[in-house]
Amino acid sequence: MKTLMLGNEAVARGLFEAGCSFISSYPGTPSTEITECAALYKEMYAEWAPNEKVAMEAAFGASLAGKRSFCAMKHVGLNVAADPLFTIGYTGVNGGMVIGVADDAGMHSSQNEQDSRHYARASKIPMLEPSDSAEALAFTKLAYDLSEEFDTPVFIKMCTRVAHSQSIVEPSSRIEVSKTYEKTPQKYIMMPGNAKLRHPIVEARTRKLIAWAETCEINRVEAGADRSMGIITSSTSYQYVKEVCGDKYPVLKLGMIWPLPEKKIIDFAKSVDTLVIVEELDSFIENHCRQLGLDCIGKEKFSCIGEFSQNLVAEKLGVDTVAGTKLDAAIPPRPPVMCAGCPHRGLFYTLAKNKVTALGDIGCYTLGAVPPLAALDTTICMGASISGLHGFTKAGGADEKKAVAVIGDSTFMHSGMTGLVNMAYNESNGTVIIVDNSITGMTGHQQNPTTGFNLKGDPCTKIDLESFCRAIGIRRVRVVDPYDLKQCDEAIKEETAADEPSVIISRRPCALLKYVKHKKPIIADPNKCVGCKACMKIGCPAISISGGKATIDNTLCTGCGVCAQLCKLDALQAAKEV
Amino acid sequence: MKTQNIMIVGVGGQGSLLASKLLGRMLLQKGYDIKVSEVHGMSQRGGSVVTYVRFGDKVYSPVIDKGEADFIVSFELLEAARWTEYLKPGGKIVVNTQQISPMPVITGAAEYPQGLAEQMKSAGLNVDAFDALALAQQAGSSKAVNIVLMGHLSKNFDFTEEEWMDAIEKSVPAKFLELNKTAFRLGRNA
Repeated sequence: MKTLMLGNEAVARGLFEAGCSFISSYPGTPSTEITECAALYKEMYAEWAPNEKVAMEAAFGASLAGKRSFCAMKHVGLNVAADPLFTIGYTGVNGGMVIGVADDAGMHSSQNEQDSRHYARASKIPMLEPSDSAEALAFTKLAYDLSEEFDTPVFIKMCTRVAHSQSIVEPSSRIEVSKTYEKTPQKYIMMPGNAKLRHPIVEARTRKLIAWAETCEINRVEAGADRSMGIITSSTSYQYVKEVCGDKYPVLKLGMIWPLPEKKIIDFAKSVDTLVIVEELDSFIENHCRQLGLDCIGKEKFSCIGEFSQNLVAEKLGVDTVAGTKLDAAIPPRPPVMCAGCPHRGLFYTLAKNKVTALGDIGCYTLGAVPPLAALDTTICMGASISGLHGFTKAGGADEKKAVAVIGDSTFMHSGMTGLVNMAYNESNGTVIIVDNSITGMTGHQQNPTTGFNLKGDPCTKIDLESFCRAIGIRRVRVVDPYDLKQCDEAIKEETAADEPSVIISRRPCALLKYVKHKKPIIADPNKCVGCKACMKIGCPAISISGGKATIDNTLCTGCGVCAQLCKLDALQAAKEV
Repeated sequence: MKTQNIMIVGVGGQGSLLASKLLGRMLLQKGYDIKVSEVHGMSQRGGSVVTYVRFGDKVYSPVIDKGEADFIVSFELLEAARWTEYLKPGGKIVVNTQQISPMPVITGAAEYPQGLAEQMKSAGLNVDAFDALALAQQAGSSKAVNIVLMGHLSKNFDFTEEEWMDAIEKSVPAKFLELNKTAFRLGRNA
């Protein structure tokens, strides 16, 4: 029966139908829903790993055991998993292994817009690239067949617009696939003697895959009457091209983006007057065409920055578009903000007040960088706050005041803890603040090793952050409630003054978690308020100034009381709980 | 049928995902090709959010571009004004008159523009502005603004109320079903 599915949901359905039985991932927008949806099928084991490297290695282990396995990550997560990636490319697989990676052209929720296709070429691992949900399902199943036929892991490459768009799919039933493990040292022990034997096998595999790419159905030519131009494209760019041109020009639609066919592309180029390459981000297909000696139009017209749309493609191809009406009024931007009641707010207010240099990390708390809090100095990648703090402190970046790192509970488990080991081992003097909101917040509430629950929602081993930090050699470890500004202030002043590394765990669950009970909204007393705007310093979306007085939006306020602590005139007061 | 384009815009957290889910369900029942493009991740945290719903005989692009939207359904007044450029000439803006100040307005760095509904009308745009929040509260929850808006939008399509109710039943949890049905009817009759 036809149904609407998100691209990511369709990948999960593909995993189910292909007989995949082991999934290990780390959440990251726009890849998260693949694993969340897969976890709903009882036939498949699915877990959140602490990071993408662990996830990929676990998926390899499951493949070794003879099962069809999968791991998913966002584009930057693939950097974390790059170490096993390049060598699993050599060993190949036992049970089929598929790696889901989701790019974020346009950076809707990412710190860069790297193009994951380069990883396919660099690691010599084939990559399939669906352009809608139906293909996401079909390509995922095909990826397992290719994986086992060619003895290689296979990428499924998503992008935001395919991952987060719903379109129609027709699900079918599941097959069961299982092999047995046999000890094969030459294939799986990649010490130099064996690896030297594997590399030529990998190169031969690529030549076989190119031969497959020449004739496979997913690299298809769609006929067009007007041969003055021919377009090579893939993924969501294909959809924009078809939206604009319909069936006017011939289109070579590539479903496998690496390795690319040669003869098929040369024949296509010969059949048209001008060859145009429409691809988001880097010139990947274009470079291949140029290597084949083909003249083409690519990045000279279509930018390597940001995502495309139908109007952008139309404009570049000289097709007219319809203009809309823009208002004359200046429309203020609406950037994302920390939610009302966010436990991070009190901590960031205190950091800003104490003018502490704060190296940030990846998560909701990156929003602590936004005015009026403006409490962060850096955001690079997962875990970089702590390792960066170590270097910054050792190099004398923090003078009279110590600098701090701010990192979430999930990010700390992902790759913050090795940085903290470095701080203990090499004795640097910073303060690490773990903002523990008891969930992976930004990606939409995923469990992690510190929450005590697994992906399926069942209770499991809970890593104790205090014991962990002490065990690796941090002597000063304390816990504060970020709703208590005085407690936060004391902790930050004392720990940054201490002559050794320290950890402050700022602990309170995310205000959006279902089990978190909100208090009644704060009551603003207009008779006491003088409009001093002290309460506005925390950037709470529930507080605004109306008629010169502070007012509370009762639909947003969670009664956290942080604002009330800033009001010297008691104009903001907690409501009596019944 | 030529592809129809509906943009649902608002502030992250206002419930636009349920609105697009309901629309998708309805259109699937009617046998159209459909694409619905959503926003997840950072923008959901109180930022400006947009969902694209497209349907017709064959839909390619998952997004709606400037000058293409047959309808813009806005959960908030400023957000309607932000996206007017995406409206097709002759298209219609269905907007909840609720105003939610963005952070630059809250901090005093910018002003919330006055008289936006009138400005949109005097720019020649077809604007259907109404207080969806009041109707949602009347139905029993301010969170039902999304369904009130869908009810109001439904007046522009030939689908029957029964078909919509059927789609609502398949889109919302049972314990909120009656509330949402009431919210839909209030929006449809407004």
